[in-house]
Amino acid sequence: MNNHYFSDMNVMLGRSMRHIFRSLDTIITVTIMPIMFMLLFVYVFGGAIQSGTDHYVDYLLPGILLIAIASGISYTAYRLFLDMQSGIFERFHSMPIARSTVLWGHVLTSLVSNAISVVVIIIVALIMGFRSPAGILAWLAVAGILALFTLALTWIAAIAGLSATSVDGAGAFSYPLILLPFISSAFVPTASMPPVVRAFAENQPVTAIVESIRALLANQPVGNEIWAALAWCAGIMLVAYIFAMRAYKKRIV
Amino acid sequence: MQNIAIQVAGLQKSYQKLNVLKGVDFEVERGSIFALLGSNGAGKTTIVKILTTLLKQDGGTALVNNFDVAAQPGAVRQSISLTGQFAAVDEILTGRENLVMIAGLRHLENPRPVVDDLLNRFGLDEAADRRVSTYSGGMRRRLDIAMSLVGKPQIIFLDEPTTGLDPEARLEVWKTVKELANNGTTVFLTTQYLDEAEQLADRIAILHEGKIIANGTLADLKKLFPAAKVEYVEKQPTLEEIFLAIIGKKEVM
Repeated sequence: MNNHYFSDMNVMLGRSMRHIFRSLDTIITVTIMPIMFMLLFVYVFGGAIQSGTDHYVDYLLPGILLIAIASGISYTAYRLFLDMQSGIFERFHSMPIARSTVLWGHVLTSLVSNAISVVVIIIVALIMGFRSPAGILAWLAVAGILALFTLALTWIAAIAGLSATSVDGAGAFSYPLILLPFISSAFVPTASMPPVVRAFAENQPVTAIVESIRALLANQPVGNEIWAALAWCAGIMLVAYIFAMRAYKKRIV
Repeated sequence: MQNIAIQVAGLQKSYQKLNVLKGVDFEVERGSIFALLGSNGAGKTTIVKILTTLLKQDGGTALVNNFDVAAQPGAVRQSISLTGQFAAVDEILTGRENLVMIAGLRHLENPRPVVDDLLNRFGLDEAADRRVSTYSGGMRRRLDIAMSLVGKPQIIFLDEPTTGLDPEARLEVWKTVKELANNGTTVFLTTQYLDEAEQLADRIAILHEGKIIANGTLADLKKLFPAAKVEYVEKQPTLEEIFLAIIGKKEVM
């Protein structure tokens, strides 16, 4: 093991964090669509949706956060792709550094930048009347689930970034991920859906994650949903990590 | 073996069915400039990638600074630096930040004077705190080479360092390469320009159809041709000479 691991990681993280703060427009792009959805659903469709709560924004927020993360990770794929295209990847790999930090720098940056987007959206939600009785522990649990979800999707983004042959290809994978929350309990209760759609909605990861976050924020018991949510996130992360490493090894020695 | 910086014997590499290197042999003396000449697709970059531990060979051995590239890649990476075909600079960072980043990855104790010195030597003081995306092609290449010099590696690989540069920038790069060799650094250079090899190299090897078909000093190579005979030719200025004269940069190398 390289004994400079943490100092190398620090350099890599510093580099890609600079990228983020010098292109704040990416954070705006990532947050604007979920915020639009939130405005649209709360103020336009919300009146017609029977969600079972008085505050539709409380019901909606978890799904909106997942959409923001799903669109945020496409920038990780994009940045990774650009690194592969330019010579900088080869420069790093021909240097005496801990090689895995080249990838992990991007992954940690994804965590930080998505955390910023999530905070921005929660602030907008607060302005729109979102309130939560949750205590600090429940909030920490929400942060943990969102971080795990971000990591899982970031490794999917890494597969795309490492194996894409064009910039468009590197970003395109995120569209289905953004749509997934629509076919879940994120916007409407699944009970209103036709049987086939409902079966899909109730058994896909987003529903478990959304239900867990919603319960935590509402200070309700989370039940078994949270274990399903954690299992989904951990499972996706593991599989995506294996495939991302395989794509990575294909590109280097 | 003290005087040999790079030793390659029987090097082979194929991509699927394409047999790129069919047993390549050569040696590079310490402190010399060695030019590997060949047309596009001859396998020059493949050799550079193997010697800089970015690619594994299928057969044969390669020693860089007396370390086997396959068995001791870490030790090889300590001894070398690579300036690839595409400028390996970070566009979003400034020139100074790029150098500081590499100094961090080379674990220099006190990077500041090293970085300042390089910026000065490569005429980048004024542009040091501008983002690299605003740099011209020549400036980028200069920064690229400066980044390769951080931490004083003993052997420097330059893969087609002047491809895509204007004549002025090309002369700048040539000057830099000569200075490097004067300071004792070994320079391994690939090029498809004959005049570049002629201008710079102590030894020239010609790679053709996967093998080294000629290897020697310029004088050696000239002997392979029929003896010179005297002809009277009117000496017209070349377009390059005219161009440089007009723009007032008559830096004679």
